[in-house]
Amino acid sequence: MRKTLLAAAAAFLLAGSISTGISTSAWAADKLKVGFIYLGPVGDLGWTYQHELARQALVKEFGDKIETTYLENVPEGPDAERAIEQLVRAGNKLIFTTSFGYMDPTLKVSKKYPEVHFEHCGGYKQDANMGNYASRWYQGRYIQGQIAAKMSKSGVLGYIGSFPIPEVVSGINATMLGAQTVNPNIKVKIIWANSWFDPGKEADSAKALLDQGADVIMQHTDSPAAMQIASERGKFAFGQDSEMIKFGPKAQLTSIMDTWAPYYISRVKAQLDGSWKPDVAWGGLETKMFQMAPYTNMPDDVKKMAEDTEAAITAGKLQPFKCPVMDQDGKEVECKGGDHLADPQVLGMNFYVKGIDDKMPGK
Amino acid sequence: MELAEAIILSVLAASTPLLIAATGELVTERSGVLNLGVEGMMIVGAACGFGGAWLSGSVFIGALCGVVAGTLLSLIFAMMTLGLAVNQVASGLALTILGIGLSGLIGAGFVGERINPAVHLHIPGLTDIPLVGRILFGEDAFVYLSLALVVGVWWFLYRTRAGLILRACGDNHTSAHALGYSVLRIRMYAVMFGGACAGLAGAYLPLAYTPFFIPGMTAGRGWIALALTVFASWRPGRLVIGAYLFGAVTILQLHAQGAGIGIPSQFMSSLPYLATVIVLVALSRARTGGSTAPAALGTVFVPDR
Repeated sequence: MRKTLLAAAAAFLLAGSISTGISTSAWAADKLKVGFIYLGPVGDLGWTYQHELARQALVKEFGDKIETTYLENVPEGPDAERAIEQLVRAGNKLIFTTSFGYMDPTLKVSKKYPEVHFEHCGGYKQDANMGNYASRWYQGRYIQGQIAAKMSKSGVLGYIGSFPIPEVVSGINATMLGAQTVNPNIKVKIIWANSWFDPGKEADSAKALLDQGADVIMQHTDSPAAMQIASERGKFAFGQDSEMIKFGPKAQLTSIMDTWAPYYISRVKAQLDGSWKPDVAWGGLETKMFQMAPYTNMPDDVKKMAEDTEAAITAGKLQPFKCPVMDQDGKEVECKGGDHLADPQVLGMNFYVKGIDDKMPGK
Repeated sequence: MELAEAIILSVLAASTPLLIAATGELVTERSGVLNLGVEGMMIVGAACGFGGAWLSGSVFIGALCGVVAGTLLSLIFAMMTLGLAVNQVASGLALTILGIGLSGLIGAGFVGERINPAVHLHIPGLTDIPLVGRILFGEDAFVYLSLALVVGVWWFLYRTRAGLILRACGDNHTSAHALGYSVLRIRMYAVMFGGACAGLAGAYLPLAYTPFFIPGMTAGRGWIALALTVFASWRPGRLVIGAYLFGAVTILQLHAQGAGIGIPSQFMSSLPYLATVIVLVALSRARTGGSTAPAALGTVFVPDR
């Protein structure tokens, strides 16, 4: 009896770990139902929070024409499939799955329900009713590199990476290419936290980088811990995913902010007027799928430079990965995209550019 | 030398939550109860600790909230495993899952807020001594309290009658019961002490280490604390060595990466765990005869009346 009770309690707890937040107004039959699957809690200050802001923007934009539902804390893997299917059964006709690891589960469910449309963030598999979307964050990193090189007195930047995957590696390379336009001898120290999210370890990494002489911290991990350390030590840092100036009022130079709202609004509009087609969106600055936070804590000339670069990239006049791109050993990388590296080369980037002393893990 | 000082300061901060949580678990396990819910109690301690400090503006009250929250959660565990004699492993895991969910709920209102972290001590004269001043007299109070806690626990376990009785419950609850000691009550106190320490360790994270609250911010430190008690073969002195060794390897591997030593970072990230395994093997080889684990650890005790 005790065992059964315990099993029941455990099952209840497990079920409870996926919590449901439902925002509903009066139900009407002709309303479009839009569903969201979130990786973290809506209040994670970073990744999931930005998707949630975009959902709220949808509600504001379309009012009672749509009804939205989200499931938060959905683990990547088989559980995700169950969660997505739950949204389908609840009548959602357009479903956003907002993490890389939902790719295969989304594909599986999309094959089962061809009349439902799916939008998957950050992946590469498509279907007749499933599209992808992500942002060209490397453009923002290039701007950050320029700012960092201007602001650094020691000429050493500190970079906290999560995992050595192409998205992060292309970010480091774009940062260095930007920094080299200002200071050809700029150095970067790289620490891999081997985690997306471990505030303590991110803080320790920032401390280690600063102790070793870096004076501008950049991160590709999710918490504001590194920003706080930089702030405490009177150094500079860049935010990640969200505005983090609250954690470093005197430290944040800018931040790459995910702003999904314009994209989400355009997709819901398409769904409403029947023109939805699967899309492979890799949006740059011009699409406003991500934006730069205000340029703060820097002299006017640096700010001006950053704004000019941002404008040039937005207008398509400046390509961060403009050919020739030299790899670490000084070999020229094959230029497959005309005057710049082709998208697949950036999406699969697995080399460091010239000027990075470090060795890439596993190479 | 400045770099060495900076590294030691980082190590102290990184090791302190592990040391506090592991000390609590050591006492719990010495009484014969295996509580796998340390991670859950820590994260609830973090949420309540931050909440308390944010609402009151006082780090001390925050720490107190963390302690109370950890203790309350451990009472649920005590009720299940001691009162209802439920399996300890399953209850501990359930406690962790409950704690993670609960902390998200409690902390939802505080996410994105910030507080002033625990102040670092500054004793004029002493803190300014070159090299050792900041290490011995310049950290936050938690760091020194954690060491005092270990000394206190050592004294209690080996120098007091109550400590002897507690250890007796952990080694042979039937004998302790036959001698007239209330095994269940003693174990309940031990579980509560473990909960209080886990709550305090959790509160240390948002109060001193990284002064904000985000769900899941303990990031597995509770599990490391559990491993440390085994590593220390249930002895307070070895616990200190283990916690600082673990902290040191963690911080040093970050520095090694930053210095560009060409070892894959994935390997370096696993070093602390590797070090744990190696020391465990070395310890068990050096030992002659018998395990050092409390003999009744993890076994359910139902007094026959």
